[in-house]
Amino acid sequence: MDKFTISNLDLYYDDFHALKDVNLNLPPNEITAFIGPSGCGKSTLLKSLNRMNDLVEGCRITGKVLLDGEDIYGDMNVNHLRKRVGMVFQKPNPFPMSIYDNIAYGPRTHGIHSRAKLDDIVEKSLRDAAIWEEVKDRLKLSALGMSGGQQQRLCIARALAVEPEVLLMDEPTSALDPISTSKIEDLAIELKKDYTIIMVTHNMQQAARISDKTVFFLLGEVIEYGETEQVFSVPNNKKTEDYITGRFG
Amino acid sequence: MKDMKETIMKIIFLISACASILAVALICIFLFANGVPAIGKIGAGEFLLGKTWRPNNNLFGIFPMILGSIYVTAGAIIAGVPIGILTAIFMAKFCPKWLYRFMKPAVDLLAGIPSVVYGFFGLVVMVPLVRQFCRAFELNGNGSSIFTASLLLGIMILPTVIGVSEAAIRAVPDQYYEGALALGATHERSVFFTVFPAAKSGIMAAVVLGVGRAIGETMAVIMIAGNQPRMPKGLFEGVRTLTANIVLEMGYAADLHREALIATAVVLFVFILIINLLFSLLKRRQK
Amino acid sequence: MQAMNKQTWKQKAKAYRSSPLSLFLLILVALASLITVCALLFLIGYIMVKGIPNLTPSLFAWTYNTENVSLLPALINTILMTLLSLLIAGPLAIFAAIYLVEYAKRGNKLVEIVRVTAETLTGIPSIVYGLFGLLFFVTTLKWGYSLLAGAFTLAIMILPVIMRTTEEALGSVPDTFREGSFGLGAGRLRTVFVVVLPSAVPGILSGVILAIGRIVGETAALMYTAGTVAEVPSSLLSSTRTLSVHMYALSSEGLYTDQAYATAVVLLIIVLLINWLSGALAKKVKKG
Repeated sequence: MDKFTISNLDLYYDDFHALKDVNLNLPPNEITAFIGPSGCGKSTLLKSLNRMNDLVEGCRITGKVLLDGEDIYGDMNVNHLRKRVGMVFQKPNPFPMSIYDNIAYGPRTHGIHSRAKLDDIVEKSLRDAAIWEEVKDRLKLSALGMSGGQQQRLCIARALAVEPEVLLMDEPTSALDPISTSKIEDLAIELKKDYTIIMVTHNMQQAARISDKTVFFLLGEVIEYGETEQVFSVPNNKKTEDYITGRFG
Repeated sequence: MKDMKETIMKIIFLISACASILAVALICIFLFANGVPAIGKIGAGEFLLGKTWRPNNNLFGIFPMILGSIYVTAGAIIAGVPIGILTAIFMAKFCPKWLYRFMKPAVDLLAGIPSVVYGFFGLVVMVPLVRQFCRAFELNGNGSSIFTASLLLGIMILPTVIGVSEAAIRAVPDQYYEGALALGATHERSVFFTVFPAAKSGIMAAVVLGVGRAIGETMAVIMIAGNQPRMPKGLFEGVRTLTANIVLEMGYAADLHREALIATAVVLFVFILIINLLFSLLKRRQK
Repeated sequence: MQAMNKQTWKQKAKAYRSSPLSLFLLILVALASLITVCALLFLIGYIMVKGIPNLTPSLFAWTYNTENVSLLPALINTILMTLLSLLIAGPLAIFAAIYLVEYAKRGNKLVEIVRVTAETLTGIPSIVYGLFGLLFFVTTLKWGYSLLAGAFTLAIMILPVIMRTTEEALGSVPDTFREGSFGLGAGRLRTVFVVVLPSAVPGILSGVILAIGRIVGETAALMYTAGTVAEVPSSLLSSTRTLSVHMYALSSEGLYTDQAYATAVVLLIIVLLINWLSGALAKKVKKG
């Protein structure tokens, strides 16, 4: 069964038609990459999957988005949805608190206050995000003192701490150096065993390296969706080929 | 010729810029020169810690007034700060636009109302109410009290606290809020447990500024605090603040009495300087 | 088709049911704001309702006596006091701001000191200003209780207000204007007065209005500098009382409560006008 089923999704910012009749089925335990030139709607679609677009004034959505068959725009509690569908932002955004408190923020929000339990969650999340060894001796120090790459992995750990099912990543490496980038990529491949990962990326090579499926967007429309290998080697659509070979974008 | 004009005007501008330095220097010199000798004559301990203020008997202890100012200010903080900060949070993070267009001018107006008008309102509305309350519970007190003054000052510091806190909350980057939301926190949780702590030092600055306003307020306090120059006895009994002491007696004081009043202003001035220092330190930390 | 991404009331209510803490916090902030607004509305409403019926023509008689308790002289004095204070502080504050923004070099020690002293001036309570005015203008300079002593005292008080807003206004004038003017061979002085200052006028005006608000509401700084004579002054050295001082005198004497209400109404109307004006001006500044 597919994790996300998106059907007939249209999205408007006031009069601007940002997503046009999107239909996608995203399978579980895989990395799906959204690619396309800036302003093509890939980030917008990502944010529709955990309803972060609700914050945008003048944004209007019609259609259907099902998570495990359940309508996320229906009766589902938004906060529960966001617990199930975690998000990692383009720029690392640790809270101005200690490393420990950053990770514990989510679990505490959802009612876990036992010290021992929180300790476990913090360690497990940091281990899963492959950053435990680097920070285990300074959990009480401010998260703002970490390097950019560490901050981003901290944010991934923070997202993991609430035990989501899906991880949305909005260009998670665009603000990082190559070494940090490759660490995050390895991490993503590691994490797909347990999570469904949907990643927006500007970086063609990144999509080719780590994703299983690739969706190509252009001007708010899905132009092509398929196995990454196929999309990158024998694209069905001429526009996809032009974009991948660098003729526009 | 043209260069002359440029140079002359530049000097005029420079002199103007020094006006505020001159003003602070003059204020310091005149206050300290007239006030400090009195403290010497009375004795610093006697003056600051003396419990009796009876100018006719040459007793000049301002400890009751120092306590009075501290109590009334503390009361104003207790009454005004929580409401002020919560209102600021509402205005920055909860308020729909159409309501903000009404709230913002309302808070500005609160700041613009003269202190005599506040004092008059306290005199005709709050004092009688507190008096009735005291009668009902058989408390000593005629309505003019620490409690009344605290409440009124609490309202008067609202615009200061709201204005500075709101700015501090708005200065917190949106990513903190969005980060918390994406973890499944509700709007309220994100605001209170992520945005609010990030604005902490700015909000502290707001409180300090509120303290400054409350401790320096004069007219409104005189009209409703009772002004008895004795050690404060209770929440519902009268009290005299440092500011009130100056205004009430300056009109007829002479010699040492007059100097003692100026010395009272010196004490007040030192309080204010400390508060200003604290405020600028906090503001620097927020940056 | 109906947008589905806006949460309906039903959805929100459901979310709050599962999160009582959030509901509690929501109620808390709403309640606090309600208290703030109600305090304001009640204060204004109460004084208006009690005061407007007392606004009799005799209150606006040309001369004050204990029978008519006219507030007209005090009103005129307020206007005179405002004009005189602005005349003294305005140019000084604007020139000072011009020096700080247009002339002083970055990292200039003097600028630092001026900023600190201006901030100090902002924090000083008005009674301390009043006392200083008494010691310096009234006693040392031998002006006595007078319009002039009061105006100078208030001028020091409003100096930092006008200076700060002017600084901000000058600072927000884009550098391209200055470059353009310099590029045409204009000197610094000409650039400042012909190009920079005119575009900063709305910002400077908002500072002036803020200052007027402070002057109109001031009492403590004036009682021992301008005194309490309720007459239109015959010279700069005669004693005067402004509307706020008048209001204090009436309410502390306790004999003229009705007239005090009426005076409060007049003060509130002035304050409302000032706030409305500064709001309108702020909108203009924003539009540019």
